[in-house]
Amino acid sequence: MRVLEYVLRRGIFSLVTIFLAITGNFFLFRVLPGDAVSNLAKVPHSTPELQHALMVRFGLDKSKWDQYLIYLKNLLHGDLGVSFTYQESVSHLLLDDLENTVVLAGVGTLGAIFIGILSGVMSAWRRSSPLDHLNTGVATLVYSFPAQWLGLVLLILFAGVLPAGGMSDQFLFDSPPFWQHAADVGGHLVLPAATMILTAYGGYTLVVRSSVLETLGEDYVLTARAKGIPARRVVWRHAVRNALLPIVTMVALDLGYVVGGAVLVEVIFSWPGLGMATFTAIGQRDYPMIQGAFLILTVSVILLNFVADLVCFRLDRRVSA
Amino acid sequence: MSVRIGDTGAGGRAGIFRKVLRDHKSAAVGLALIALFVLVSILAPYLSPHSAVESSCAVFEPPSARHWLGCDDGGVDMVSLLMHGGQTSLVVAFTATLVSMAIGGTVAIVAGYFGGWPDTVLMRVTDVLLVLPDLVLAMVIAAVWGPSLFHVILVIGLLQWTSTARIVRAEVMSLRERAYVKRARGLGASNGRVIVRHILPHVGPLLIANTVLTVSAAIYLETALAFLGLQDPSVTTWGTILEHAFARTAISSGAWWAIVPDGFVIAAVSIGCFLLGRAIEDALNPRLKVSHLSGRRWRLRALVAKGANAR
Repeated sequence: MRVLEYVLRRGIFSLVTIFLAITGNFFLFRVLPGDAVSNLAKVPHSTPELQHALMVRFGLDKSKWDQYLIYLKNLLHGDLGVSFTYQESVSHLLLDDLENTVVLAGVGTLGAIFIGILSGVMSAWRRSSPLDHLNTGVATLVYSFPAQWLGLVLLILFAGVLPAGGMSDQFLFDSPPFWQHAADVGGHLVLPAATMILTAYGGYTLVVRSSVLETLGEDYVLTARAKGIPARRVVWRHAVRNALLPIVTMVALDLGYVVGGAVLVEVIFSWPGLGMATFTAIGQRDYPMIQGAFLILTVSVILLNFVADLVCFRLDRRVSA
Repeated sequence: MSVRIGDTGAGGRAGIFRKVLRDHKSAAVGLALIALFVLVSILAPYLSPHSAVESSCAVFEPPSARHWLGCDDGGVDMVSLLMHGGQTSLVVAFTATLVSMAIGGTVAIVAGYFGGWPDTVLMRVTDVLLVLPDLVLAMVIAAVWGPSLFHVILVIGLLQWTSTARIVRAEVMSLRERAYVKRARGLGASNGRVIVRHILPHVGPLLIANTVLTVSAAIYLETALAFLGLQDPSVTTWGTILEHAFARTAISSGAWWAIVPDGFVIAAVSIGCFLLGRAIEDALNPRLKVSHLSGRRWRLRALVAKGANAR
């Protein structure tokens, strides 16, 4: 029954965190001094009529407590308000963006993990060799550069060779055959995904390396070797498999940073995701959009963390709540 | 004031840092790197070869003997710009770090020393903040407050204390159970006195080891916020230099010199902090049984340190 207890505890923690994020979101935008919504004059080119309409739309004539309850009720119905700029439902606008962010962050993270594991295992396998020193040195260095800098450098290097902005070619015909569309999106994905991979892979390399080094010293590895199992197989089957837990832990830990990195990368490559939407909305002081995007990002990170916790638990029952 | 029980005195504390520098070559390298950048940015007004505001050459002039790193979109010398930008960047980083050290230290001591419900409440808040994505949170707060240097410092300080709080709290909890602390309390020392005389001096080095890393985290967050246009447009930092280059066609002009050196400067400071922080950490050798929620850099560093030992 410990499994159920663990799942419940993490689940409740995630729910509480989501609730706190929602509440913080409300307070940040409506109650704190200098908050966004009561400063409606900040809306560019606003007229008194628009201001009044917005006051009514946001229910600013009501008490804070009523506003909070209405806000929660709307959220339950998936209503994140109406964008100032587009005059459309924020949740509709942001759902497509979420999908695009998932594509980019997914490819970026998986790529980083893949390369991180390969280079980390290689380093651990040939520890203290020139190859190891070079590999860890490069990983540490790349890891030290800011994400946006890596993106800009890739842009300089590959501008003209690979598509540098957007998610697809706007001059492509309206409904191209599937494979043509996929190839187009794939091409546009190369640079942003490469940036995300570069941003994150160094961290994974270092963790995998030290984690594998540790398992290589374990008795069961010695036993496996003594049994005459080929070295390559010992490393992958025995050492790496058992070194996986810290890697899963690190993925879980990294989720917030993945989202942050995705924001910067999306802005550089005009990738139409949530980060780009937030960035645009900030420029336009489109507060309902900022608030909605923030909420979606936060809730996804919390849910992903929950899933990662469960995976960790599945991998190693010793993990405690 | 005559009875001093279990007080190891100031010599022991300063000794740790002397020991770090003596035993860890990397600590000296790290400290030297940080000191170099601090010194250069303090002396920027005297050292910089040209003005960091007025143009001294052509728009996007490539590097030359006169302008080592070329010029930006306004014909401003890049070397001078980086020096002056470093001034603000480091001030932001160090001030934000102080804010986070104060918050993290206070939370750690209150939670670790008193336990009970203050501990539960503070640690739940810490957990929540650890899960939420830093940059997005910072973006939203900075966007609502409006772009200014002060806001950026405050936002970074408010978001970076969580891993410090967790690690220092664990240390405070173990200190609380030590015999000399119990004896001091038995002799009638007040909580305040125990904290100031016995707890604080002992968690000091650990607090500082954490804080060294917060400096680089703060620099990253500042450059990211600046890049997203949430920094005061009238100041120059390493972050705004990148933002300007991106927004003002450095890429389509092929002016790599307006972008590339900036990243190396940031990476150098960050590596300096990494080396120094890791060495202090090694010297203190606290039982780093850190929750998987406590800060990416910490976890990573602990593992990297382990890897280094395994060699």
